[in-house]
Amino acid sequence: MDFNLTEQQKLMQKLFREVAQAEVKDNAADVDEQERFPKENVEILRQAKMLGIPYPREYGGAGADYLSYILAVEELSKTCATTGVVLSAHTSLGTWPIAQYGTPEQKEKFLKPLASGEKLGAFGLTEPNAGTDAAGQQTTAVLDGDAYVLNGTKIFITNAGEADIYIIFAMTDKSKGNRGISAFIVEKGTPGFTIGQHEKKLGIRGSATSELIFNNVRVPKENLLGGEGKGFRVAMSTLDGGRIGIAAQALGIAEGAMEETVKYVKERKQFGRPIAKFQNTQFVLANLQTQIDAAKMLVYRAAMAKEENKPYTVLAAEAKLFASEVAMDVTTKCIQLMGGYGYTRDLPVERMFRDAKITEIYEGTSEVQRMVISGAVLK
Amino acid sequence: MKIVVLAKQVPDSTEITVDKATGTLVRDGVPSIINPDDLAGLEAALELKDKSDDVVVEVLSMGPPQAAGMLQEAIARGADKAYLLTDRRLGGADTCATSRTLAAALEKIGYDLIIAGRQAIDGDTAQVGPQTAERLNLPQVTYVDEIMEIAPDHVKVKKSLEEESQIISVKLPAVITTLSGMNKPRYMNCNDIVDSFNNPVEILTYDDLAADLPMETIGLAGSPTQVFRTFTKDVTAATETFNLSAEETGKKIAETLNEKQLIKK
Repeated sequence: MDFNLTEQQKLMQKLFREVAQAEVKDNAADVDEQERFPKENVEILRQAKMLGIPYPREYGGAGADYLSYILAVEELSKTCATTGVVLSAHTSLGTWPIAQYGTPEQKEKFLKPLASGEKLGAFGLTEPNAGTDAAGQQTTAVLDGDAYVLNGTKIFITNAGEADIYIIFAMTDKSKGNRGISAFIVEKGTPGFTIGQHEKKLGIRGSATSELIFNNVRVPKENLLGGEGKGFRVAMSTLDGGRIGIAAQALGIAEGAMEETVKYVKERKQFGRPIAKFQNTQFVLANLQTQIDAAKMLVYRAAMAKEENKPYTVLAAEAKLFASEVAMDVTTKCIQLMGGYGYTRDLPVERMFRDAKITEIYEGTSEVQRMVISGAVLK
Repeated sequence: MKIVVLAKQVPDSTEITVDKATGTLVRDGVPSIINPDDLAGLEAALELKDKSDDVVVEVLSMGPPQAAGMLQEAIARGADKAYLLTDRRLGGADTCATSRTLAAALEKIGYDLIIAGRQAIDGDTAQVGPQTAERLNLPQVTYVDEIMEIAPDHVKVKKSLEEESQIISVKLPAVITTLSGMNKPRYMNCNDIVDSFNNPVEILTYDDLAADLPMETIGLAGSPTQVFRTFTKDVTAATETFNLSAEETGKKIAETLNEKQLIKK
């Protein structure tokens, strides 16, 4: 197993680091404090052609590899987890299903503007009564002439309102359960499609999280994605990839907290010496660094498996389960090392701690990941 | 119009520490970057290229094989071509041998304008650019912080001096040395990074230049400068403590600065 990045990946990482450190870092606290969508960061990602990293050049993407995209989420999340999830939701959830399941016409019409960054993508699966139990979809799609008519509500949708193109799941045949779910490409501005209440959240507060409301929304028949009744497969395979993105976000949060804490413990003096000189500090940092490195191996392994078209469902679940719990643990212990200052908003680890929690919940809770992993272990 | 930018790979000084026992820079694990003054020179060249289809930007570096990564970055930023002059026989060169070697390489690859960074953040000599100009018998303008105009036969630049600027027009071919801070270097983008790997860095060795460059004039043998020891200077400034009101403190600071001729009354 080769743990070295290629020269191309290293150069990509350098770009992502420059963008994250020189542009994204400075407004991260403001984005959190004001609970505002970081439009200026998205514009920078667009200019740096970071919004379609793993997609082919013919469809507007950079034509790079999947791990490069994961490195981008990681580097951005070191400084601003909100910006990290904007990129992850756009690339993994909003764009990937079209790249994977789209017809040539759908790719031409929707993948090109998404991968080139001209438009932003989102993904609507979760409903008030269909979270982990995704099969409990109540949104319906009924074929009427040349269009499907969608009715229902999605909740907790990342990039809601900011995105231009949405992958929406709805029941085309309730009697078939999972096999009655279909996926649709829905454009912002389609009559009857509105954005509902903006959620106020614990962390990633700049991420636009809202309801999507569908009231007799006519979606052209040609926007059916992957065929009628194939929606569950589209959703599950999309989330497999999305989990690697969220795992990278979690990894980035942990690394960002670690960097801040290492700086702090070298400067902060108590009892006449920097607290870095105390063995408690040293041992805690040693454990955290080991956890971070282990998480990184799992995240990169999952990304490489996906790039190489190897099975990655379980690898992605392991990466997300582990990295998200590491993010929670690292940020908790980093605040402890920083004491009272760490608990304040004067230092960024307080925000990172709040941002970490969501990584254990969205795109499959830790419990879902355990179901996936144990399913493979016990098969 | 062919602009050749001279670039050096240096350790990122924001992360560098000095080994107190040996007095040398600790380079292990320290990321390498394009020397900031050189990066500004590259950006200035790329801005000229943005404005004119006739401008071709090439980058030349002398250094160890790993400097190829930096040159790949220069291509990803927009350079048309990059050359790495790398050869163990060229190792240990001081500025005298380095400029001699670079001049030979420049003769080989051709140029209309040569841009070098003012100085490298690791060596801080500011000698390689000017020496290269001398060896090629070219006019030079150092400390350039703006390229105002470029034409087939001349370039007009603003040279930054301590308290004034000079606007100088110089006939081409010429050498200018540039200051970081003269511009904000552009970011690479993902597409250009991918494409840059279709344009690999061209490797030059001593053998490519040997005809004009006797062995005794290059590398360690061609270097009259010998470094016996390097050490960090301990900065110890005498301090005085005053217990004064805000107003008196202001006066005292102004008086002291005036005494030391740091400000004019």
